[in-house]
This record gives sequence, structure tokens and C-alpha cells, in this order.
Amino acid sequence: MDAVSRERSRSQDTLLAALLLGLVSCLAVAGCGVQVPAWRTLSPDSDFARLILDVYEDLFWWCAGIFVVVEALLLYALFRYRRREGDSEVPNQVHGFTALEIGWTLLPAAILFFIAIPTVRGVFEINGPPPDPDPLEISVIGHQWWWEFQYPELGFVTANELHVPVGRTAALTLTSADVIHSFWVPELGGKRDLNPGSENRLWFTPSETGVHYGQCAELCGTSHANMRMRVFVDDSASFAAWSASMSAPATADSAGAMTFLISGCAACHSIAGTLAQGKVGPDLTNFGRRATLAAGMLANTPENLSGWLRNPDSVKPRALMPDLNLDEQRIDDLVRFLEGMK
Amino acid sequence: MSNAIAASALHAPEPIYSGGLKSWLATVDHKRIGIMYGVAAMIYFVVGGVEALIIRAQLAAADGTVVGADTFNQLFTMHGTTMVFLVLMPLSAALFNYMIPLMIGARDVAFPRLNAFSFWTFLFGSILLNLSFFIGSPPDAGWFGYANLTSKQYSPGLGIDFWLLSVQVMGVASIASAVNFTVTILNMRAPGMSIMRMPLFVWMALVVQVLMLLAFPPITVAFIFLLFDRFFGTHFYIPSAGATPILWQHLFWIFGHPEVYILILPSFGVVSEVLPTFSRKPLFGAPFVIFSVADTAFSLATMLIAIPTGVKIFNWIGTLWGGHIHFKTPLYFAVGMVGLFIIGGLSGIMHSSPPVDIQQHDSYFVVAHLHYVFFGGSVFGLFAGIYYWWPKITGRMMGEGLGKLHFWLMLIGMNLTFFPMHFLGLDGMPRRIYTYASDLGWERWNLVATVGAFVIALSILVFFVNALRSLKTGAKATGDPWDAATLEWTMSSPPPEYNFAVVPQVNSARPYWLHKYGPTRTISTRTKAQGTPAQPDHPPERVDLPSPSGWPILAAFGLTLFAGGALVGLPVVLGGAAVLVFAVYRWAFQPLERPGHPSFGPATAEAR
Repeated sequence: MDAVSRERSRSQDTLLAALLLGLVSCLAVAGCGVQVPAWRTLSPDSDFARLILDVYEDLFWWCAGIFVVVEALLLYALFRYRRREGDSEVPNQVHGFTALEIGWTLLPAAILFFIAIPTVRGVFEINGPPPDPDPLEISVIGHQWWWEFQYPELGFVTANELHVPVGRTAALTLTSADVIHSFWVPELGGKRDLNPGSENRLWFTPSETGVHYGQCAELCGTSHANMRMRVFVDDSASFAAWSASMSAPATADSAGAMTFLISGCAACHSIAGTLAQGKVGPDLTNFGRRATLAAGMLANTPENLSGWLRNPDSVKPRALMPDLNLDEQRIDDLVRFLEGMK
Repeated sequence: MSNAIAASALHAPEPIYSGGLKSWLATVDHKRIGIMYGVAAMIYFVVGGVEALIIRAQLAAADGTVVGADTFNQLFTMHGTTMVFLVLMPLSAALFNYMIPLMIGARDVAFPRLNAFSFWTFLFGSILLNLSFFIGSPPDAGWFGYANLTSKQYSPGLGIDFWLLSVQVMGVASIASAVNFTVTILNMRAPGMSIMRMPLFVWMALVVQVLMLLAFPPITVAFIFLLFDRFFGTHFYIPSAGATPILWQHLFWIFGHPEVYILILPSFGVVSEVLPTFSRKPLFGAPFVIFSVADTAFSLATMLIAIPTGVKIFNWIGTLWGGHIHFKTPLYFAVGMVGLFIIGGLSGIMHSSPPVDIQQHDSYFVVAHLHYVFFGGSVFGLFAGIYYWWPKITGRMMGEGLGKLHFWLMLIGMNLTFFPMHFLGLDGMPRRIYTYASDLGWERWNLVATVGAFVIALSILVFFVNALRSLKTGAKATGDPWDAATLEWTMSSPPPEYNFAVVPQVNSARPYWLHKYGPTRTISTRTKAQGTPAQPDHPPERVDLPSPSGWPILAAFGLTLFAGGALVGLPVVLGGAAVLVFAVYRWAFQPLERPGHPSFGPATAEAR
């Protein structure tokens, strides 16, 4: 290859580099700037998530601006100062320029100052007390691998499906029964850890009714990925109806309840209004009203429920719910009983 | 008469990397140790990469069935631990070992046998970690191993024990080598090489050694607590006994934050050598870059880190500015590192803001961020270093075509893999999940990321083809193939066993450049300083090198047996301790130079 064509291929390479990095930068801007509704952290449905997003958007535009300017400078330098054909000259040996150094030390410092303002304000807001003086208090307890939700004011307990009324602040007290978990419902706000032996607080005021997906965000063992939940933001009438049904559950059919007891389920599970008062597993009061089962893994259908009862471990690896070797008749009875609690 | 005796004691010259297996096992030569670090790191790079590919295959679609939950957790734990402790750190150690003595004008490191001990301890520790695969119980609690998931109650198997014992052993290697290189850099520089005349790579290496000395003691303490909890029933991290598992998080991140800089600074150092060489200019604002690195150490883990990082990036661009940029493979990787690190730095600024971080941490946004820093930053930078110093180390050139193919594939693959992870994180996908439901809308970007991962794998394959072809049929490299400025280029490629035939006299930060191009308008006109010329072919005076020693490898073996024995039983622990004490004792009383030690001089030249 002669020197001329070698030089040509070099500048082609430079051009290619410029194009590719340009493409990446377009992707970056398009990717982060355009809000697609499904993007959960970018579509806040609570005041808490909103204030986080405000800080994020502020930072995003600063970062996007810096990104474009700095990458452009880099690409320009590469293109402008590529070695030309037949050039063996030694460039001017510039060692530095102190004024420039001071300039580009102060510039990021100034930008940081502007980033720090919303950040510090945000820090105080997200760690401050809930804005509502009379929030709905809820205790969240993490377990391998499901969520326990206690409503101390309302006097009942449920699992894996949290109901909160729209427009009223929910104040969560978070702790864990075993290892560290993390509560994360992206549309309602950031995550917060559930530490065994201590309590964390998190609050949010949902602004719209709807269902939100959430899951554990701190590695908590084999089935960490299967520790999921739904948060139902109800209008005040439906929340009142739901909470009434939880406080005074329909009388469970007594034959079914007996099956539940003799099958061994009651060793771990509670059902309000029955003798089943186990505390190790999720509370199953009004189970038939739930949308999901196995900590949000499956839709709550009779087929899924019988599959779960037949072999919990095959649905949720290392699930602490044992395989009780129930026969098909027993499984059918249990499914009918559980799904019937509406 | 005395001359005759001296001559008879001299060894016949041998090709530098020849000699049987025994010569490698007992070597105390920093160059051979560097090569062994590099080979081990590249093997583990493949291992960690295969782990990553299985992870990506599992996540390519919703409800993946490639591996089960337990296996997946083991894979990402081993991937993280491997890439941090078995790839990035030893690959940096490879370049430190090989290059630092050459760059500061020394014939070896300060403690050659300790250096061998560091390598073998690292190697045995890394083998111990991977042995867990063969007994079917790799660790599965993440590379960060948060308590109390790692307690005996929640992780009853041997996996966590393998992990904590092997990382502990490798920590010994890191601390030993940090002491060794700190002393080497501070004490063994050639005459005239003041601290501000040190090459930037050596500067970064020095900061890395200091950070290692700061970072490893806390993690060692954390591991000892965990060891006691698991083996002796103490309750350092057990909440039911009133302790708080948060203690682990504090100790771990006192280590973890400096560790980030331990992983990235070597790459900064490489880039600060490569950009000036291929721009044919000095590093722009070198003292500011040096201070910005020192400042890094103080603003660890805060938003302020953006300032020194910005200073470095601007100075790198300033180095290219006004240069005559020579587009060779090392430059591609160095520029790629700068371009990609900017992205990782900016996403880092985003979650240095706590309100933003509570959405982003433990999500795929952070996975994207850390891979832009460690893959885009560290791996690209280290590959720049490999391509840059390959001719010096092997004496042969790499193929430019394959090198550039490697670069483009890796750049495309890297962005395909990791950029979509920003989107996944913003869409609420948490880290470390082995499966996800199909109705969450996460499938598209996960599939793109998986395709990207295989493109990266292909690029690494191209690198190995290039490397093997170069070793077999590559063009012979001259001593100074890139027209560079620092001392390592003043000698033949590969360097002779004794490195420098004559101890160089250094009057500039760019001694060889000054020799080749003379004082220019901006440097050295006042001092009329002389540059450092190329080394003569043979030492004019006799050069004595330390003798090979088998005790470091035995001591490393004893140490690993001592630790790993805890998995088997007390007799093995005691046996390992006995081997360790015996080897260290013999080592301590073994003279550095024994009859028959490597020795070179004018006589060898005549003998040739």
C-alpha cells in the first residue's frame, strides 16, 4: 500500500469515527429526552416521583449539553489535527496554558453549583416528613420472597397487593423479617431499603388512580426476581369498600376452612375470621379478590393456583412454601375455597 | 586476574523468555511476572465474558429458561468478582509490573521476590475462587456480598466461604504489591527523574498503590468479621442478635469507592501516554492532570469528582489539539476510552444526586453507568495499553487492520449492549433479576443488549487472532516503533533481561524525545538540558540481577492452603500455615544473589 492511499484510509477512518460517535450521541439524546409513556421512572403518578423527576430533568439537560459539547470538541480535534499526507513535521510542543486550566476547572464547578441547588432541595424533600399531617400509615415488612402490608389504623394485614387511596399521603414504615430488601414502585417514587432490625420511612401521595408494578430492588436470595407486587391506587369509594371488606371479611365457607386447616396451610397462613392464624407466610384474607398470586408472579386464576399448590418450588425457585404433596382432590378443594373468598 | 574470575561467573546470554517451566515458576523478573499477570487476566477475561454471555442469553427474552435462578445468581456474582479482581486489577498489575521499572529507569522492582509472591498469591486465590464451580457451589450473593444475606442462615452452602476466603487471599497479594510498587516508584527512579518528571502512567500507578493501601484494610476487616460470623458463630452482621447489617455496607464501600479509582486510574495513565505519543505533543497541562488525580482521592464518592474528571478530559482533548495525530490502533482505543468515559461520567453525575439516585440505584441504569466506566473506560484504556506496549513486550508488531476491526466491533458491541440498559433502568428494571414478565415492555432493549454482547465477544476473538498472528508472523518491532518520548523506548524490543545497560540520566519529563528532537522553543532552551539517548547493545559494566527463588511460590501456596483449608478442615489449615511459615523462613534467609545468579557484562558480549 502506498503512502497516499494509506493516508486516505486514515482520514476515512477518522470520518467513520466521527459518524459513529455522532450516532451514539443522537441515540443518547433521543433515548433520554423523549418521554415514552411506558417509561416508569419518567411517568410519575405521585408527588414524590414528580419531585425526583424534576431533579432528574434538570440534571439530564445539563448532562446532555455537556455531552454534546465535549464529544464535539473531541471529534473536531481528531478531524482537524489528523496527520496529513507526507507530514513528518513536529507540531508545536505546547505544554499547557494555565488560564485555560483555571477556566475548565471553574466551569464544571459552576455547573455543579447549578446542579447542587435542586439536588440539595430534593434531598431535604425526599428525606423530610410527609407533607400531609394525617397520612395513611402502612407498615411494609419484607420476607423472602413476598411483601407483608400492615394497616395499623385500619386493623388488618394483607400481602403483595398494596391498596392506597388517591390523593392521600401514604406513609410507609419499612423493615424486614429476614435479609435486606428494597421497596420500589417506579411510578410512585424511588426505592428504599427494608433493613432487618431497623426501620426506614417512605411516603408518597398518589395523584391518579391505577395499578402500578413494583418489585424488590435489593438482591435478597434465589427468588429475588420473583418478589413482585402491585400497588392499587383506588378512588376513595373503592378504597373504603376494599378496606371494609378486609376489616369484616365474608364468612369463609367452613368446610373449605377445615380443609385449609387439616392440609397444614394454617401453620404459616392467616385468614381473618377463621382458626388459621399462622404468621410465617402471607395473610390470605380475601384471597379471591387478588389480581395476582405468588408475590405478583402469576395472574390469580384457578389453574395458576393449583399449579402453585402442586409444586411451589417449580413456580418460584426455593420458595419457602413447602410442597405438601397434596392430592388432586385436596388441591381442587383448596382452590375452590381460596378463590371463593371474595 | 579478577576480570577473568568475573567473566567466568557470567551467564551465557539466553533469549529472554526462553527456559523451561521451572524458570517461570521461580522467576523474580518483573517482566516475566508482568507477562504471567497479563496471560492470567486475559484467560479470566474470557471466563468472565462467557459468564456475561450466559447472563445475556438468559435475559434476551422474558421468562428465559437458559439457566435457573440459582445458577443465574452464581453467574452474576462470579462475573462481577472475576472482572474486578481477576481481570481489571491483574491486567493493570501486568502493565504496572512490566512497564514501571522500564519507565522509571530501574532494573527491577524494589522487592523482586515479594513481587513473585504477589503474583502467585493472586493466581492461587483466583483458582480457589473458581474451584467453587467444580464442587457445584459458586458464591451467589453478588460481588458486593451484602450482609446478612451472606450469613450462615441465609447462605448455608460453601459458596460464600469460597468467595470470602479467595478474595481475602487476593487482598494479601494486592497489599503486598501496593507496598512493593509504592517503594519502587518512590525510591528506584533513575537519577534526575524528579517526581514531576515521572511519566503520567507511573503517576497514576502511584496513586493506585496508595488507594490500594487505603482500600484493602477495611475490606479485610469486613471479611474477617464475616469469617467469624460464618465459622465461629459471632454476630457482627446478625440483626437478630442486635447487630446491623449496614455495618457491612459501610466497610464495603470504604473499600468500594477507592476501588473504583483503582480500576479506572491505570486506564487514565495509559491514555495519558498514548495520546501524547500519537499526537506528537506533550500531555497538555501535565501538572494539572497530576493534581487532578491526587484531588480525585479527596473527592471520592462525591459529586465533586466531576471537577478533576472534567479537567482530565479537557487536558486530553487539549493534547490532541494542535497535534499531528497518527491514527494507529492504540490511539483508537485511547480516544474510544475518552469518548465512552464521558458518557459514564455524566450518568455518574446524574446519580451522584441523591434524589435521582433513589430511582436509579440498583436499576439497569446503574448497570449501564458502571459498564461505561469499567468497560468503556477501563477495558478500552487497558487495550490501548496492550496495543501500545505489545511491540515492546513481544518484539513484534500487531496487525493494524485486525486491531482496528477489533476496535470498531468492540465500540459498536459495547454501545449496543450497554446503552439500552439506560432505557431499561429508566423503565424500572432492577439489577440482578434472572427473569422478568413479558408484559413489562423490557424485551426489546434486552434483546438488543444481548446481540451487542455477542458482538463484543466477536471483537475479543479478533483480538486473540491478532495477538497469535503477531506472535507467530508479526513484523519485528524496533526499540521505538511509535516515536515515543519515555525511557522504555530507549531499549530494544523486547528489553534485555537487565533492562538498562547503563543507568539513564534524566533531565526532562520526555527524556527520549528531548534526545531525538532536541530542545524546542517551549522546552529546555534555558537549561540546555540533554535528552536520554538510546541504550547501548551491551552493558559496559557488569550487571548483577537477583537469583530466581522457589520460596515465593511455595509461600503463596501455603497461604492459599491455609485459607482454603477452612473449607476442608483444621488439619489442612494447620498444614497450610506450616508450609507458609517454612517457606517464608527459608525465603528470609536466602541471599538475593547466589552463585550462578544472572549476571551480564561486556564479557557476555564477547562470548556472543
